[in-house]
Amino acid sequence: MEDLETIIGLEIHCQLNTKSKMFCSCSTDFRDNEPNTHTCPVCLGLPGSMPMVNKRAIEFALKVGKALNCTIRDESEFSRKNYFYPDLNKAYQITQYDKPLAEWGKLLIDGDNGEKEVRITRIHLEEDPGRSVHMGTTDRGKYTLVDYNRAGIPLIEIVTEPDLRSPKEARKFLNKLRATLEYLNVFDSEKEGSLRVDANISLKGSERVEVKNISSYKGVEKALTFEVTRQRNLLRRGQTVTRETRHFVEARGVTTSSRSKEEENDYRYFPEPDLLPLRVASWVDAIELPELPDARRERFISQYGVSPEHAKTLTGGLKLAEFYEAVASEDPALAATWTADYLLGELNYRDFSIDAMPADLFRELLTLIKSDTITDKSAVEILRLILDAVKDGKKPERPQEIVSRLGLAKTSGDQVTALIQEVIAEQQAAVNDYYAGKMQALNFLVGQVMKKCRGRADPGHLNTLLKEILDKKV
Amino acid sequence: MKTLSFHPDDSVHAFITTIPEVTYGDGPLSGVTVAVKDNISTKGIETTCASKILKGYIPPYDAHVVTLLKNAGAAIVGKTNMDEFGMGTTTENSAYGPTLNPLDHQRVPGGSSGGSAAAVAAGLVDCAIGSDTGGSIRCPAAFCGIVGLKPTYGRVSRFGLIAYANSLEQIGPMARDVNTLSNLYSVITGHDSRDATSVDKPYSHTPVSDIKGLKIGVPDEFFGEGVNPKVAEVVRQAIDSLESMGATAVPCTIPSMKYALSAYYVTCTSEASSNLARFDGVRYGPAVGTLKSWHDAYSDQRKAGFGKEVRRRIILGTFSLAAGYYGRYYQKAQTARQMVRDDFERIFRDVDVIAGPTMPDIAFKLGEKSDPLQMYLSDILTVPANLAGVPALSVPCGKVNNMPIGLQLIGRYFEDERIIDTAYAYEQGGA
Repeated sequence: MEDLETIIGLEIHCQLNTKSKMFCSCSTDFRDNEPNTHTCPVCLGLPGSMPMVNKRAIEFALKVGKALNCTIRDESEFSRKNYFYPDLNKAYQITQYDKPLAEWGKLLIDGDNGEKEVRITRIHLEEDPGRSVHMGTTDRGKYTLVDYNRAGIPLIEIVTEPDLRSPKEARKFLNKLRATLEYLNVFDSEKEGSLRVDANISLKGSERVEVKNISSYKGVEKALTFEVTRQRNLLRRGQTVTRETRHFVEARGVTTSSRSKEEENDYRYFPEPDLLPLRVASWVDAIELPELPDARRERFISQYGVSPEHAKTLTGGLKLAEFYEAVASEDPALAATWTADYLLGELNYRDFSIDAMPADLFRELLTLIKSDTITDKSAVEILRLILDAVKDGKKPERPQEIVSRLGLAKTSGDQVTALIQEVIAEQQAAVNDYYAGKMQALNFLVGQVMKKCRGRADPGHLNTLLKEILDKKV
Repeated sequence: MKTLSFHPDDSVHAFITTIPEVTYGDGPLSGVTVAVKDNISTKGIETTCASKILKGYIPPYDAHVVTLLKNAGAAIVGKTNMDEFGMGTTTENSAYGPTLNPLDHQRVPGGSSGGSAAAVAAGLVDCAIGSDTGGSIRCPAAFCGIVGLKPTYGRVSRFGLIAYANSLEQIGPMARDVNTLSNLYSVITGHDSRDATSVDKPYSHTPVSDIKGLKIGVPDEFFGEGVNPKVAEVVRQAIDSLESMGATAVPCTIPSMKYALSAYYVTCTSEASSNLARFDGVRYGPAVGTLKSWHDAYSDQRKAGFGKEVRRRIILGTFSLAAGYYGRYYQKAQTARQMVRDDFERIFRDVDVIAGPTMPDIAFKLGEKSDPLQMYLSDILTVPANLAGVPALSVPCGKVNNMPIGLQLIGRYFEDERIIDTAYAYEQGGA
């Protein structure tokens, strides 16, 4: 059972970051606003209102189509997807059905077994529905409020072929896709709910299960990992996997069977009679694509001499790549190590994005490291102090100021020698142990010196120096 | 701004809402009283589509045509009765009771723009705005003895028209004579970016009565089975008199007519089932006070809010679009629709206008047509123009049993001018 091949396909909904909505001129900048304030007769679906296509949204979708090597249909069409739901203002969603904007593309990813091509089935445009806010508890006082601010936000749905072979690979695909969309400047991954994923997953030879509405990148891997285990366990017990739709419960990290038969929808798709067919294939020629993640990665390797591993990490997001380029100038290798290995770790720990770190402060920190003014340990301390200040909403101190305030500058050679002499005088027993051949004694003595200089000496250097002095005394 | 008082003696129940004090401005229609069908959104004025489900709905915006009318100085005096959401041929399907035919109160005014036609025919207003999905302007025009035009699809913005069947319907003018109709029409045409199907073909024409050399196609199907022979006779005489003014009539056939009615009803009910789904009680309509699960609450709300004919058409349309039936119904209807377009295109290579009766009979007695299928059959002569999107009008051309008969004139795409001229010639020649 363990070696049954896992087959995964994804449907990804991304909000496009256009200024106005898909079919009206209401602003898309609705987050942190009062409910139902970014609305008009069109996005409220008032009787008699009609949709107007946002050209910008089409251009954005075409950009994605081009970047994912899709074929753009000569004639595509909007359709109505009919279903009842309180937050669906017209009781239908304007989407694309049998004539999507773009088809048959591909995206190269770093798969489980090296580089791999994931086929893109289609990309289509649609409008986001409103949002239901469920109030109260399930058993009493339950009611639902509806907010139409989100109604009409342009979405693209990207559908892949079932080419992914593990939850981890699915996650990698999403990371690559997100980076690509960011580079195209059509998508803001940091906005809450800007990306939602439905995943189809099966074990070879068994029925397929659809997991709906996963709203985070980490969630996708978690939900799929849970499903693989669940499906394997079913088969191991001699049961079968039922073809069904399941819901991912993020808080518990599990999927639950979500739709009963009677709730299953027949969407009764038909062409949207209020919109004309789209004939936009010729627009593609005028679209110039920016540098995409793969090209940037290659450039980082050739231009900055960055290791392939670091180059991949540093080009994994647009803002990160731009940050690196802003700090790389003086010592690209040092900058790469400190950005990819140290900074990212500290950011992840705090759930921060790269925006949290002011590039000029980081550049100053790199200068202090490069000039040997501070130890790596002190540099990490400075990094943490800056990020903690950001977290508390304070203006972070400059690295140089922190060095002066805390006296983090490396202790000079003479001072270190003096401290070593002090320690040798104080720790005679350990010195004797060292002469008796106990190497642990040396580590103890190094520790004592470090204590005296409050860590402002390089331990490797100290080790050598101490050994030299002790050996001279013999 | 000027004001006028409007207190009509509405014994035929043409209006759902009247505006006692109307303000109006300057412009080509300054002070002209216009009645607007109640499925056209009017800012601040209740707009119900003659349905209980929209009782109390006051649109926060004006339909494009309403804006244009106001800009032209027209005095919008009220909202007219209609078949609920435009679904009917008699204006009997109104939640607010039927409109009566001003010429005979025992008879229907036709529908679905029956209130608009009756208001004009009764002399309550100078002219009116209706909408025509399958004959809803032309039928009541014919039954009430006035002129009514269904424009070429796209020539008048539908923005603000509460949709029944988007791909078929147009807003159009109704008046007692062709000149008034033409004046009203010239105000409401033109491109509107808010309606993607709107076309930039403004109408700015003064009717001329010279029709020498005009070729008129007379389809056999318009005089066939189901058409009252007395009506057919009156219409043939009207065509004869057009010939006497210099036109030439030639016979033609529209073989696709045998699919037209089915194609029409499948298309309009399908679109309607989707358009009317939004009336679920969450946003519009009086609450029915249910505390059931939302599926059941929707069901209660829609059962209480929609009339019988509307529910019938929603169910028909839902069925036509259902998985497994789409290919057999909706898609087939679109194929038939293309055949109707092709027939018109072929005929219009040889003739300039097509002429025939607007309706197969005179206005029905109230309650006379109780079988829905019999009612649907009476639309047979008007739906082809909607399926094809070509312009068509009805102009009074005589009487049978003292009730008016409409001569229907159908034109090429964007040649609304030509059928208006033909109607004008007939009107002037007949006078």
